Amino acid sequence: MRREIAVLPLLAAVIFGGFFLWGLNPDRDPSEIPSVLISQPAPEFDLGPVDGVDRPGLSRSDLVSNDRAVVVNVFASWCVPCRAEHAVLTRLVERDGIRLFGINYKDKAEDAAKWLSDLGNPYERIGSDLTGRTGIEWGLSGVPETFIVDGNGVVLFRYVGPVVGPEAEARFMQALEQAGAIQTEAGS
Amino acid sequence: MYPEIGHFALALALALALLQSVLPILGASRRIPVLMKSAQATAIGQVLFVAIAFAALMHSFIVSDFTVRNVVENSHSLKPMLFKVAGTWGSHEGSLLLWVLILTVFGAGVAGLGSNIPAETKARTLSVQAWISVGFLSFLLLTSNPFERVFPPPLDGNDLNPLLQDVGLAMHPPLLYFGYVGFSIVFSFAVAALIEGRVDPAWARWVRPWTLAAWVSLTAGIALGSWWAYYELGWGGWWFWDPVENVSFMPWLLGTALLHSAIVTEKRDAFKSWTILLAILTFSLSLLGTFIVRSGLLTSVHAFAVDPERGLYILGLLAVSIGGSLALYAWRAPEMEGGGLFRPVSREAGLLVNNIILAAATGSVLFGTLYPLILEAVTGEKISVGPPFFNAAFVPMMLLLVGFMGLGPLLSWKRADIAGLLQRVRFVAALALLAALASWYLLNGGPFMAYLAILAALWLLLATLREWALRIRLFEVPFRDAVRRAGNLPRASHGMTLAHTGVAVLMMGMIGSSAWKSEEIVFAAPGKEVSIAGFDIAFQGVERVRGPNYFADRGTLAVRRDGDLVTTLFPERRTYPVAQTTTTESAIRSTLAGDLYTSIAEPASDQVNNAGAWTLRILYEPLVNLIWIGAALLVLGGVMSLSDRRLRVGAPRRAKTAASDAVAAE
Amino acid sequence: MKRLLLALALSLVPIAAGAVEPDEMLADPALEARAREISKDLRCVVCQNQDIDSSNAGVARDLRLLVRERLLAGGSDAEVIEFIRARYGDYVLLKPPLEPSTYALWFAPVALILFGLLAGVIVLSRNRKPEAVSALNEDDEKAVSEFLKRSDAGDAS
Repeated sequence: MRREIAVLPLLAAVIFGGFFLWGLNPDRDPSEIPSVLISQPAPEFDLGPVDGVDRPGLSRSDLVSNDRAVVVNVFASWCVPCRAEHAVLTRLVERDGIRLFGINYKDKAEDAAKWLSDLGNPYERIGSDLTGRTGIEWGLSGVPETFIVDGNGVVLFRYVGPVVGPEAEARFMQALEQAGAIQTEAGS
Repeated sequence: MYPEIGHFALALALALALLQSVLPILGASRRIPVLMKSAQATAIGQVLFVAIAFAALMHSFIVSDFTVRNVVENSHSLKPMLFKVAGTWGSHEGSLLLWVLILTVFGAGVAGLGSNIPAETKARTLSVQAWISVGFLSFLLLTSNPFERVFPPPLDGNDLNPLLQDVGLAMHPPLLYFGYVGFSIVFSFAVAALIEGRVDPAWARWVRPWTLAAWVSLTAGIALGSWWAYYELGWGGWWFWDPVENVSFMPWLLGTALLHSAIVTEKRDAFKSWTILLAILTFSLSLLGTFIVRSGLLTSVHAFAVDPERGLYILGLLAVSIGGSLALYAWRAPEMEGGGLFRPVSREAGLLVNNIILAAATGSVLFGTLYPLILEAVTGEKISVGPPFFNAAFVPMMLLLVGFMGLGPLLSWKRADIAGLLQRVRFVAALALLAALASWYLLNGGPFMAYLAILAALWLLLATLREWALRIRLFEVPFRDAVRRAGNLPRASHGMTLAHTGVAVLMMGMIGSSAWKSEEIVFAAPGKEVSIAGFDIAFQGVERVRGPNYFADRGTLAVRRDGDLVTTLFPERRTYPVAQTTTTESAIRSTLAGDLYTSIAEPASDQVNNAGAWTLRILYEPLVNLIWIGAALLVLGGVMSLSDRRLRVGAPRRAKTAASDAVAAE
Repeated sequence: MKRLLLALALSLVPIAAGAVEPDEMLADPALEARAREISKDLRCVVCQNQDIDSSNAGVARDLRLLVRERLLAGGSDAEVIEFIRARYGDYVLLKPPLEPSTYALWFAPVALILFGLLAGVIVLSRNRKPEAVSALNEDDEKAVSEFLKRSDAGDAS
């Protein structure tokens, strides 16, 4: 047998090994799914308000002509991590002046209303997605999920899971700054 | 106390493994018999100490010692005893300990039983085996200590994942590990042969029983896992091409190739470097499986809790063992060719085709399993590779393989008589075709591929039986003589017939249950009747029952055929409060003709749920049991072959080789 | 840890039980059969490695309903799949589309078989030609002829 052939298995093993080493990178999350929406216009949707909550509904037209980037947060009162995230989002609204829109996902109106009156309501607008169809338009895989959409309605960033904890918050803050969603930067 | 003894025993085992990794191989190269002999003692010492550690861990599980972290995380005082015992290998740490135990069992096996193996070969082999021991014992001690204590101890444990609390699954890991860790000794033999620079029929003969033993267990382990998935996961599938299934399947495929290629090496002194390569790669794939399951590299239903640091350690072990052995191969293999010549139509050529297809199939499964990772690394794109890909790639290859499989055993070594061969299979080929056409006529409907598969399976079955009949001259000589001839055949030959028949039977089961499965899904309130595959099933309601560590909603289904009560089935929906999980316990009426498979669940829609209805899922899977019967035949064939006298008594020493073997080959 | 948290978070989506439900199913059996086939080729995004047909996750149910809705609206199988893909990306396709980035995947099995056959043909032709024997060195040749002699004797017996 020729030596060149005998080396082939080793070569193949080394190549596979290289991929494995790459794959072990602790920052890589194999179950993370990239969003097809990034750099794309936000999907078409039109949601009415949540009954009993004093905020207007949300549709795509509310996302296309804003003075700066806005945050769209998908939440539900039955989602436990949302509760923790709620505090973080409230702080971002109060401290950094971000504009926060909400999509209330598959939630009963009375539950959502109670949840918001208990915890406070940082949302400018809230659309009620009872069927989950709008969630699919956004490529939602679970609740909560948070998007940053620029002034013209182009999706810039997506965060899956609750924005809670120093690591997640730092990542989200950075994305907010890059998108120009923070008030001081926008100057208004 | 016991956990500390276990921990200490592991450390001692590591010390012995370190000794064994150096002394015997040094002895072999310097020709110092004492050093070579030392492997005997250290190999047996290792298995004793690891067994003590394993027993200590098992003891902690049995007495529910909640000062041990592993027990806390994987057990509960109310868990049935069987699952307490099985909990020993239910976690990453415990299963790794089992892994090492089996590794040392095979090492000790060669030390104790391999009296016919020359001292030098044995010493080298055992040293190589000890290198693997050192790697995994140190991994266990440094990153995954199963004996770690917790303070203060909690009052009770977190329970084992209820899906895993099942008899089938309790036995699945030991068998599976016995299989794929068993290939370690074959790997060690191969590396030792490369170091010696010599492979001959005697080598192949020594390796054969170990390969067979590992292969038999792996077959049984995979079949058991598939059976578990079938009745426990609740939707009647038996194979999902999940990455974790694939990583246990690949060593099986390549191990099967190895079994066949080793025969050529044994009988004809050919395919030597290829056999060595297969031996190395088969165990490499086993190691890869261990790596993938424990590193979180791919997403899978079955993966262990993930820790990148452990992943890195195992990758290091892989780099050393696989990289090292393949480098050695690249260096030494080119010097190792020659062997018996053969014609394009011959047993050798047949086995060559077998090996090509099996290797290509293994490669395809490997590539498909890893492709999402590769693509993500190269382009950042994330894709999924699922069953549609694997079926498209794998099924045609297997049909091709099965086509050749019917012919292979009829071919004689070196040069087969084509005309005679065709004449001998003419009848069975026509019969298979006729039967396949008849099934097409009778079954109206079903995919074309299914009929092609029926044809292949029938052909394999008939050709295998034909070959056996020819061998014992059934119908040619008086029946009594034929029986006598059958008795005189080597057991390995019966083993082959059994195993090949098993494949045909297995295929029938796969075809029937995938192409002719029928299904009824309904909302059922008490009194609801469903008809499927000639059965009338009446739903009689649900009651709440209690188990030792769960409670369950148990449905009652009366199954009638033509008005007569056939059986009553009790599918359950179990809730395990401690683990906070629900599982589906299907109820199955099993017959050879097919399974009536029932399960219940609470409906997703609140409205339906509140109305007191249940979702009733009833499947009829024709012939599905043939899958496990076929697998059992494969195992039986392997065991039969393993029990062949030639493997034990009078196994050759190096001086006399081929002469006696060739007789057996006839 | 982060991953664990995420898994926990996602698992809190209200849990429905067991795959396709009767109220999702279409009245037209042919259409329903198509829906089932399509569902088997779509991956559930929140599950570890499952198609939406057998998954009990809420999102999987929504997608099953959507598949049926698109079929009822007259969509072809390809159109329905494309509709879902536009929202969730290639990741949801259990059967990766044939495109430049997956050529390597789809052609690998064929390439492997062809490569194997090529190797086989080389081995066979080398084995058949008598010249191959003389190409071996003296020792090999002796060994080979010895083995041939022995196995000839063996075959004859």
